[in-house]
This record gives sequence, C-alpha cells and structure tokens, in this order.
Amino acid sequence: MSERVAAAAIPVGEPPDLRRSWGERRALRSTILTAAAWIVAAIASVPLFSVLYMLIVQGGSRLSLDLFTELPPAGFELGGGFGNAIVGTLVMVAIAAVISIPIGILAATYLAELSPDSRLAGTARFLAKVLTGFPSILAGVFVYAIIVLAMGSYSALAGGVSLAVLMLPTVVLTAEEAMKTVPRRMKDAALGMGCTRTQMIWKIALPTALPGILTGVILGVARVAGESAPLLFTALFSNYWLTSLREPTASLSILIYNFSSMPFDNQIELAWAASLVLVLIVLVFNILSRALGRSRI
Amino acid sequence: MAANAFEGAAPPGAITHPPSSNEYLVDRGFRLLAVCGASLIILLVAYILWKIGGQALPAIYKYNLGFLTSTNWNVAEEKFGILPEIWGTLYSSLMALLVGGFFGLTVAIFLTQDFLPPRVALVFRTIIDMLAAIPSVVFGLWGIFVVIPAIRPIANWLNDSLGWFPFFGTSLSGPGLLPAALVLAIMILPTVAAISQDALHLVPYRTKEAAYGMGATRWEAILKVLVPTAAGGIASAMVLGFGRALGETMALAMLIGNSNRISLSLFAPAQTLASLLASHFPEAGQTEVQALMYAALVLLAITLVVNMMGTAILSVTQRRISGRS
Repeated sequence: MSERVAAAAIPVGEPPDLRRSWGERRALRSTILTAAAWIVAAIASVPLFSVLYMLIVQGGSRLSLDLFTELPPAGFELGGGFGNAIVGTLVMVAIAAVISIPIGILAATYLAELSPDSRLAGTARFLAKVLTGFPSILAGVFVYAIIVLAMGSYSALAGGVSLAVLMLPTVVLTAEEAMKTVPRRMKDAALGMGCTRTQMIWKIALPTALPGILTGVILGVARVAGESAPLLFTALFSNYWLTSLREPTASLSILIYNFSSMPFDNQIELAWAASLVLVLIVLVFNILSRALGRSRI
Repeated sequence: MAANAFEGAAPPGAITHPPSSNEYLVDRGFRLLAVCGASLIILLVAYILWKIGGQALPAIYKYNLGFLTSTNWNVAEEKFGILPEIWGTLYSSLMALLVGGFFGLTVAIFLTQDFLPPRVALVFRTIIDMLAAIPSVVFGLWGIFVVIPAIRPIANWLNDSLGWFPFFGTSLSGPGLLPAALVLAIMILPTVAAISQDALHLVPYRTKEAAYGMGATRWEAILKVLVPTAAGGIASAMVLGFGRALGETMALAMLIGNSNRISLSLFAPAQTLASLLASHFPEAGQTEVQALMYAALVLLAITLVVNMMGTAILSVTQRRISGRS
C-alpha cells in the first residue's frame, strides 16, 4: 500500500535539470542583489576611513608636544595647545567612573544574582535599557537643574555627574550579562558549601565575571570620554588649568565644538589635533575592552 | 543583634561551617546595598522626569500647548514656541533613518549571510563598530570640512535644474538639513546594524536550510524567509536607531544651521530640539531657561516613548523566537 503511493509520487520520464542556469531571471536577480550588497557595504565603510584620513592628515600635521603642555590660544594668537582640556576630560571621566561603577555593579549583582525575576529587577532592567538611548544633552539639562543651579556655578563636579548618568546603564547591563555567564554549577557549589549569597558573589561570581565586567566598564568610559552635549552647560569651558573641582572646566570635546566655528586657521588646526587626541583616547579604551572581552571564559 | 538562623546547623569539626553571626550580618547589609543600587536606577529616571518637569512648570503654565504649535522664539518679547524644532527633529531623524536604516540593514545581512569568510567578516564588523566609537563632535567637524563641501555642488545643481520640486527648493549655502541628516545616518548605522545582526542570528539555521532546500536562491531566502522571520528584531533596530537620531545633539548643532524656520527643502538650514538646547542654553536668562526646560521635557517625552517602544518590541520578539515564555 505505502510502496504503491511512494512509487506513484515519483514522476516518470526525463529527470528535471537541477543545475543552476545563470541566465534565468531568479538567478540573475540574486546575482545583481549580491553585487548591490557588496557596493552598499563598501559605501558604508567609506565614512570611517574618511574620518580617520582627515584626522591623520589634518590633526597629525599639527601634533607636537606643545599641544599637551600649553593653554588654548585666544583670537589671533598663534600656537597654543589644549593641555588643560586633556586634564579636564580625564578628571571628569574619572569622577563619572567613581560614581557609576560601584552603583552599577551593585545594581548588576541584584539583577543577575539576588533576585533576577522580581518586579524591582524587571523594572530596573527595562529602565536601564531605556536609559541607554537617553539623549545625552538631557543628562546635561538634568544636572544643570540639580547641581549647577544649587552650586551657583559651572563645575567639573557637575560635568562628572552628568557623565556618570550616561555611563551607569552601560555598566549595569554589561556587568549583569557578565555575571549571568558564570556557570550555575559554580554558584551552586559555593552555596552548597554553606557560603552566604554575599560570599558567593564576592568569591565566585564577581571574580569569574571580572573580565566581562571590565569590558563593560571600559566601554562605558570610552562612551562618555567623547561626550560633549552634557558638558555644554555643566562644565562649560575654561581657558586655564584646572585648579578646583568647583570651577568651570575645559574638555577636549567642548574645545573642538568651540574652535570648529572660529574663523581662525590656527583654531581650526587645533580642533583637528584635539579630535585626533580624543579619538585616540576613545579607540584605546575600545580596543582594550575588546581584548578583555575576547579573553572571557 | 540579628538572630542567626544557622546557629548549630552543622556539627563542630565539619569541613563546612554555617555562617557566623558576623557573616550573616554582612550578607544582610550587602543585599540591602544591592537593592538600593537597583532602586537607584528607577529613582534616577523618576528624579530626571520630576526635576526637568518641575523646572519647566512655569513655562508650561505660561505657554500651555500653544508652545508646541507656535513658531516664534523671541527672547526680547518672551514669546516661545518650538514647532520648527519639532519639525526639524522629526524631519532630520526620518531622513537619517531612511538612509542609515537601509545601509544598516544591508550591512547586517551582508555580515550574517556568509557573503564574507568569517575572518574578513570580523574585520568588517569591527570597522562598523568603530563608527559608533567616534565622538559626535568629531563627526560634526568632519561634516563641516568634508561632507558640506562634497555635497554642495550636487545640491546646488539639483536646486538649479529641479528647483520646482519642494525637496530641492533652496540652494545649500553651508550648513543645512541634508548634511546633518547624512552625518546622523552614519551615526545610527552601527546601532541599526548591530541590533539587526542579533535579530538575524536568532533565526534558526533550519529555517534557512529549509528555504534553500525548497530551491530558493540566496536572495529569495533572505528577502522572503529570513527578513520576515527577523522582522520584529529589525523593527526594534529601526525604532532604537530613530530614538538615537532624535536625541543626537552635537553633530546636528554644528551642521544643521540653527535656523528657526520650517522648510520642506533638504538644503535649507533648520533646527532640532537638541540643537536648540545646545545653542541657546549657555547664554539663556531665567525665562528662556524655563522655556528651554519645556523644550527639554518635550524631547524627553518623545525619546522615552520611542525608546520604550523599541525596547519592548525587542524583548517580546526575542522571547518569541527563542521560545521562552
């Protein structure tokens, strides 16, 4: 019975030609689309190379040691540098890291280990994801309202806090992911030996997840080091060296923004050189986090 | 002193021992800290909403909803309205999404569907990811000195020969909507590409094999099977890319021309909510700051809604495809 059905299903006569014929419309269409995809992908990689080319040609020609030790020039002045802006950027990124890393990792331990399925964790996770798309300028507006208005002056502190707001969600989400990759068995073994949850987290989960957490932290640092919108009206800018965290502070990104609209060639050249330095800082952090991410378990 | 529930739980001399009172207390304390950490994220979002909302309150009372439909921004007469900014924000972000979304999705397909050997694909993926690492101001600077000079002849030729067409209605004298939207497209491309890649990776290999087994060509499999299956993830990639474009500030402030007008032309200068904040905030007096806070609240509302939508679509589709409840 079943043999007869099977036999009837096989068509008799010439076997169909299964070779691909290049002239057929479907095959032709596929080939054309493949070529188009190659072209689109090639175009998509042009901007990066164009940016890097301009940075190296325009910024590299101005690169010298003076840039790191001198203050920004005013008006028609020639020469000058942006040593104070490099210091300002590093100080504010450090403030952001000091604030957001402990809070972020604490929140991540709650999300990953202590109570992953609770309503609090669900809400916090969702809001952290929403915050990653939070417009950076609004972090500036927010910090302006809570710190600048209260202190009565623009400051490095306010700039650092606004960067911390932007860095926090990156740290939380990547640290949570990293802790979730630690094998369940290792955690259960620790708990089975009588560890408290805290001991398990400090002795098993955090050390094992450390490379992943560091990846996230460095990625967060790289993200905020290039930010400028939140600094516009929290740290403002300064033409002098940083002396106090309570004063307006220079940063590389604001320097680029200010100098890009100036009619002087010297300032434009400095803007390109500052861009090169800024991109180098950001790329170094990025590559570092990639290298760490690859060495993960 | 808290009661230790584990007192006497194990015999003395065993390898393991129950937590001492001290360890028990540390555990309690640490858990409490972790709860605080998680709550802090929620509190932060609430505080942001409350604070910006509170600062905007005087302006909300004063200008009401007329703020959203008025086209004036006159500090001397204290008349404020943000219709041109809302228009500019949506127009530039939509143009960016059109271009960046197309390129981003194509790149995602290109990277996931075996067009390249794995090693080359990794290099290309790194190139696209590096785009996301370039700071916004650097893109702005690059836009001023590379993009604008490059597209100006084309734009002006289009205006000369097709000037009757509303999109080409003005000439490009320098900064304008098109260069801003192009740079914006480059900036959202990595976001769209990364999320779309994840979505395409989630499609089970069997599905693709089945399409090929039925005799589909590579592009029939991609366009009729893979992309529809990953449609949810791709949609959220587009929504989240759009959200990024809405809130992007510096590159736009440097490239869009900061002009308070509504124009259909791609070559006319315009203004967005974020670039309005960036260019007016530092020098604003008290009443203008209140109006700017109102504008910030509008931007916050728009981006929160768009981002929540994108995040929600993403988590729903991920759950559905991976089969978890």
